[in-house]
Amino acid sequence: MLRLPPLRYLRPTSVEAAAEAVAEHPGAMLIAGGTDLVPNLKRRQFDAPVLVSLRGIAGFDGIQGEPGRGMVIGAGATLDQVATHPALQTAYRALAQAAGFVSTPQIRHMGTIGGNLLVDPRCNYYNQSAAWRQAVGYCLKRDGDICLVARSSPRCWAVSSSDSAPVALALGAELTLRGAEGERRGAAADLYRDDGIVYTTKRADDVIVGIHLPAAPAMTSAYWKLRRRGSFDFPVLGAAVALDWADGMVRVARGALGAAGSRPVEVSHLLTPLVGRRPDDELIAQVAEAAEKPARPLDNTDFSHYWRKRMTRVLIERALRDACGLDPLAGRLTAQTRSGQAA
Amino acid sequence: MKVAVRLRVNGQDTELLVPPYKTVLEILREDLGLTGTKHGCELGECSTCGILVDGKPFLSCLALPLDLEGHEITTIEGLAEGSRPHPLQVTFAELGAAQCGYCTPSMILTAKALLDTDPHPSRAAIQQALAGVLCRCTGYLKIFEAVELAASRHG
Repeated sequence: MLRLPPLRYLRPTSVEAAAEAVAEHPGAMLIAGGTDLVPNLKRRQFDAPVLVSLRGIAGFDGIQGEPGRGMVIGAGATLDQVATHPALQTAYRALAQAAGFVSTPQIRHMGTIGGNLLVDPRCNYYNQSAAWRQAVGYCLKRDGDICLVARSSPRCWAVSSSDSAPVALALGAELTLRGAEGERRGAAADLYRDDGIVYTTKRADDVIVGIHLPAAPAMTSAYWKLRRRGSFDFPVLGAAVALDWADGMVRVARGALGAAGSRPVEVSHLLTPLVGRRPDDELIAQVAEAAEKPARPLDNTDFSHYWRKRMTRVLIERALRDACGLDPLAGRLTAQTRSGQAA
Repeated sequence: MKVAVRLRVNGQDTELLVPPYKTVLEILREDLGLTGTKHGCELGECSTCGILVDGKPFLSCLALPLDLEGHEITTIEGLAEGSRPHPLQVTFAELGAAQCGYCTPSMILTAKALLDTDPHPSRAAIQQALAGVLCRCTGYLKIFEAVELAASRHG
């Protein structure tokens, strides 16, 4: 049996008490569904002398509001709840898709949306057993002093592997955080730092309380995910786009890429050619080609990083076509892939 | 350091003194003797350790006992009614839907969760529901057929 190290397990009944418990116990970590934390801790990828469970907090999983005015998702809502919620499935479709694409049904019944936003960045040299990591001499992220992906790099290049994080950016979501010193609200984009180790701006005692989705009466969105198997796997690439419409024209276009860096990578500034237009096949393909630029996959996840880079424009094209109501797989960039030629 | 935990497993309340970091999988197998729940990867990647919590498929290898207090845990041992096996157990046996049998408890429990919410699921819905449970004998076809047969007998 692969067992957890000895630790204390606290179960506060309020968010305030949870934040205080983490602040009081050095090294303490928050746990909700545990589907990311528990396997990582079993493999001793970090230490946690104290775990503070969020599962004893009542009302932490509510989904409220309506698309016309905006919605708030309690951070403790399970990925299954988010994936199957009717209003989310229609008005904030990319988020429901992303939640539904996470791993397996079992994991989606346990894992929470708040936890998925905070998935510990992954790397072939980090998400391994203690014995494996010892054999390769450890890496920067845990117990070592060099990055095994980029040996001269002063920083860790572990990959942001959350499905919901790029969607949160694309939807313009905001997060409420509650820490021992009080509550604050900010853009989801501000949660993330471009570093594989210190990957958020969140303090240890900050609890994500709610995810605020802006009013979206005329928004369409889509999330496309690349992975080896159609279930189980983390993304090796994710493309999230959200388009706001007025009179059949794109009014605002936002997008972000997952698993393309240590944080979700914003590409909204590269989608502006869509604004004021009724996007057709060619415009979408051109925009997708340009929008892949900030993706910097390295050789530290499944599949070759050359292929992941090449597929970035394809995935962006599929997501944009999907959000425009076009057949996602009928675009010019998909036609250039082997699967596109077979189709 | 051990803590007192009250779990309701297969309709029976039990009180245990266990370390709070002992997973529900370890407790089921080692403290309660319910070895029908198998341990596979123990990292959430195979679902062999699947149980039902309030009727929903859960992974016992990632669940900690204090979080399941007040919830209804069902393991494969809780499926038969006395000496009468669950319809899914009957059809899995009839169609030979188990080869090595290691994933079978989790397959059956996961299928039960599906049939409880969708008594006549499509083949696609069955595939979706069972997508998390790995069978390394590659016997999925018979498994799908056994679920369909159980559904058809349900009337």
